[in-house]
Amino acid sequence: MINQTILEVNNLKTHFFTKQGVVKAVDGVSFSVDRGKVMGLVGESGSGKSITGFSIIGLIDPPGKIVDGEILLNGKSITNLPEEQMKQYRGRKVAMIFQDPMMTLNPVLRIDTQMIEALTTHEKVNRETALNRCRQALVNVGISSPDERLKAYPHQFSGGMRQRVAIATALLNDPDLIIADEPTTALDVTIQGQILYEVQKLCKKSGMALVWITHDLTVIAGLADTISVMYAGRIVEQGKLDQVLDTPVHPYTKGLISSVPGHNKRGGRLDQIPGMAPSLLNLPDSCAFRPRCPRVTDKCLKAPGETTVETARKIRCFNPIMGDAQ
Amino acid sequence: MSVYLIRRLLQASMVVFFMSAIVFSGIYIIGDPVDLLVSNEASPEELARATKALGLNKPFHEQYFVFLKNALRGDLGRSFVFGVSAVTLIIERMPATLELAVVGMIMALVIGIPLGMYAGLKPHKLSSRGIMAGSIFGFSLPHFWQGMMMILIFSVMLGWLPSSGRGDTVTVFGIQWSFLTWDGLRHILLPALNMALFKMSLIIRLTRAGVREAMLQDYVKFARAKGVSGMRIIWVHVFKNILIPIITVSGLEFGHMVAFAVVTETVFSWPGMGRLIIQSIEMLDRPVVVAYLMITVLFIIIVNLVVDVLYSIVDPRVRLQNLKG
Amino acid sequence: MNKKTAITERDQTPLRLIISEFLDNRLAVAGLVVFLIIVLTAVLGPYFTPQNPYDLAQMDIMDGKLPPGAQSLDGDIYLLGTDEQGRDMFSAIIYGLRLSLFVGIVAGSLAVAIGVMMGLVAAYFGGKVDTIIMRLVDLQLSFPTILVALMLLAILGKGVDKVVMALIIVQWAYYARTIRSTAMVERSKEYIEAAHCLALGRRRIIFSHMLPNCLPPVIVVATVNIARAIAIEATLSFLGVGVPQTEPSLGSLIKGGFDFLLSGKYWISVYPGIALVVTIVAINLVGDHLRDVLNPRLRR
Repeated sequence: MINQTILEVNNLKTHFFTKQGVVKAVDGVSFSVDRGKVMGLVGESGSGKSITGFSIIGLIDPPGKIVDGEILLNGKSITNLPEEQMKQYRGRKVAMIFQDPMMTLNPVLRIDTQMIEALTTHEKVNRETALNRCRQALVNVGISSPDERLKAYPHQFSGGMRQRVAIATALLNDPDLIIADEPTTALDVTIQGQILYEVQKLCKKSGMALVWITHDLTVIAGLADTISVMYAGRIVEQGKLDQVLDTPVHPYTKGLISSVPGHNKRGGRLDQIPGMAPSLLNLPDSCAFRPRCPRVTDKCLKAPGETTVETARKIRCFNPIMGDAQ
Repeated sequence: MSVYLIRRLLQASMVVFFMSAIVFSGIYIIGDPVDLLVSNEASPEELARATKALGLNKPFHEQYFVFLKNALRGDLGRSFVFGVSAVTLIIERMPATLELAVVGMIMALVIGIPLGMYAGLKPHKLSSRGIMAGSIFGFSLPHFWQGMMMILIFSVMLGWLPSSGRGDTVTVFGIQWSFLTWDGLRHILLPALNMALFKMSLIIRLTRAGVREAMLQDYVKFARAKGVSGMRIIWVHVFKNILIPIITVSGLEFGHMVAFAVVTETVFSWPGMGRLIIQSIEMLDRPVVVAYLMITVLFIIIVNLVVDVLYSIVDPRVRLQNLKG
Repeated sequence: MNKKTAITERDQTPLRLIISEFLDNRLAVAGLVVFLIIVLTAVLGPYFTPQNPYDLAQMDIMDGKLPPGAQSLDGDIYLLGTDEQGRDMFSAIIYGLRLSLFVGIVAGSLAVAIGVMMGLVAAYFGGKVDTIIMRLVDLQLSFPTILVALMLLAILGKGVDKVVMALIIVQWAYYARTIRSTAMVERSKEYIEAAHCLALGRRRIIFSHMLPNCLPPVIVVATVNIARAIAIEATLSFLGVGVPQTEPSLGSLIKGGFDFLLSGKYWISVYPGIALVVTIVAINLVGDHLRDVLNPRLRR
């Protein structure tokens, strides 16, 4: 029986124990992603979304530590596994794509070296077979003349090309789950579109689950099936893409959507969420969004728990926007 | 590629000319140029004769040209003390100095790089801190004092190694080498270590900084995300990245090592170029001094040039840039 | 510790902050204390040393090579023994310290002054001036210090003043380069532009505005380079091309005793050596920690 749910995260808490205090980067995050589905993890800088991604693939280094919760891949727990075991998963069952392709590829090693090692780390293949698979992977992400590219060095490529190589590398071992940490933020808008299209195609074809981390709602809008909005280390709203974007329930989500240029009337002022995201070092006991929320009430002095408002729609708010958008 | 090479060669030759002009004019302006070519014990008549014969009453630039002409022919005057061509004297002693420098350089790399990598990978361990503290001593304490201490400990107190001189030699390709004999190795160990300590400290620090910086890079994170093992990350990904600056620095420093040999050879009575020049300065054997300076300067410039070219070959980023331009 | 710094940082001037942070490191403080003791000893030396090494009449070659604690023919005790010429090691070392410190600090300070001047000029005027000066700096720095020093001394001859001159010529390039990079950064900053707008004279801009901001790295380099100058002078004297042997520099003392190292009369070389090393290490400790304290990147 093939599992429908590839990834399940339950109440994940990743804290960093620094000299200045405990940074609660991820403080109780839960979501799940099914086969062939894309989940968008949205939030501003410092919301903890990248750390969530790193926690899943087990790349949290001291002073950080997963202190609570569990991560289930195909039903098996991969939380805090010993390094030896975790390495078996990384690159094989779970793959990750990073934000800046300039830095993620080693500048002094050739592309084929870096791609082949992703294969040979996990299985014994001879060089010929490995090269063929790499070639195929590059074609799959839309790179023509893969043989030339394989012999080249990273700095000979453009940013978009490098990112495609990174994606191809991630796909080499047919992983069950891919975590993409802002992979298109550093690229032009046109390239962004191309890469989004390629990735979507590949997901549908292979049945891979994809977690796409971004701060840009517009990127997610055309790609994801479900969306989770993060704020100050917690998910404040979760649900199907259309539902959340068309009728946001949490004030923060509404603020995010309204502040996207294009939503406002021509010549009118852009909507903004006033204030700044809180420091994760000294989170208050109240709702983290309280200082900036236009709908704050007395109840908000306590941190809200997760409530389900509709089927598969969860939020953390004492005063959600119910009914049609204002 | 060849354009780059030619450009560098031109630059190098300009520097050589510049240096020769400085040395020559320095002696000409500050001292009496006759002193350069005639011994101190000469009588006034001999001085006058020499002045005329050597064309020293001619204007400055003419003399300089004569100097250059002779220099290009390989003639930099005759030693007062030994009576033979200064250049010959120096070339005779060059193998001994080079041997010292090369063995020292190898020691510095072979010991320094692993130590530096260890200190970079495990920076908080006591042994790492010890290595770093030790490296400070390596380059801040005077060269000659380090040599002296080595003699005190290993020769006087422990009696393990000889304190002076070069060991037995073996002639290969017409030149005498001492490291090929057991006795030779015993003799070369301490002086080579003396030469190496300074460089070793630098290499340790450089390697450690390089490793620490490399480990923070995204490509290491990406490699880990691929599941690549720690050993491979260190020795394939990181090592190659840090090797390039280390080799460059080492190469450039090699030229300097030949100059530092002056001190080591004096301390250990090693029969190389360095010892020769100290003796020559003391004995006012000026042609040898001039010859030594010119030859060493030339050597350093050549080494710098070679390193530059090698660097552009090794680093793929620089190589491709040069191909275009 | 950090909370305290966070609160007090607001009401302390940068200078006090630097001083207090410096005093936190016990090693550096120890180094500073040792250095001050050495300087004090050197300055007050002539008043309490039993013998004046410059006064040849006081030395008796019959007293030569006596071990520490031995008695002279007159009944005085040689605290640290005597060297091969009959000089009292204790006095000789102190006078040697005087010379080494004198050379190191004088050469160091003048090299700083000249180097800073050249660096500021290069950074401020830019263009051709900058290129010429920097070419000179690069040229000089591409050759080993020893070689340049040897070259200069071979031309100039022996003597304390010649050594100082050689050291200055060898050292100015470091300062010039360091301060030029800092100054280039400062030059593009807005307060310089503002000063220009106020039509302040060039000299004033360079000295009153650029210089203070470029000082931190210079101070660090200066401290460490004084130690280097002392080491280089000692090396040159040891080689016999620096200070003449009648004037006891630590280097020449060591050289004199070197031959006797193997025959067990270690004190002639080792004690001056210890004095030299302690001085250098003390200065380096201070300089190293100064670098950490003054480095803006490490200050959060």
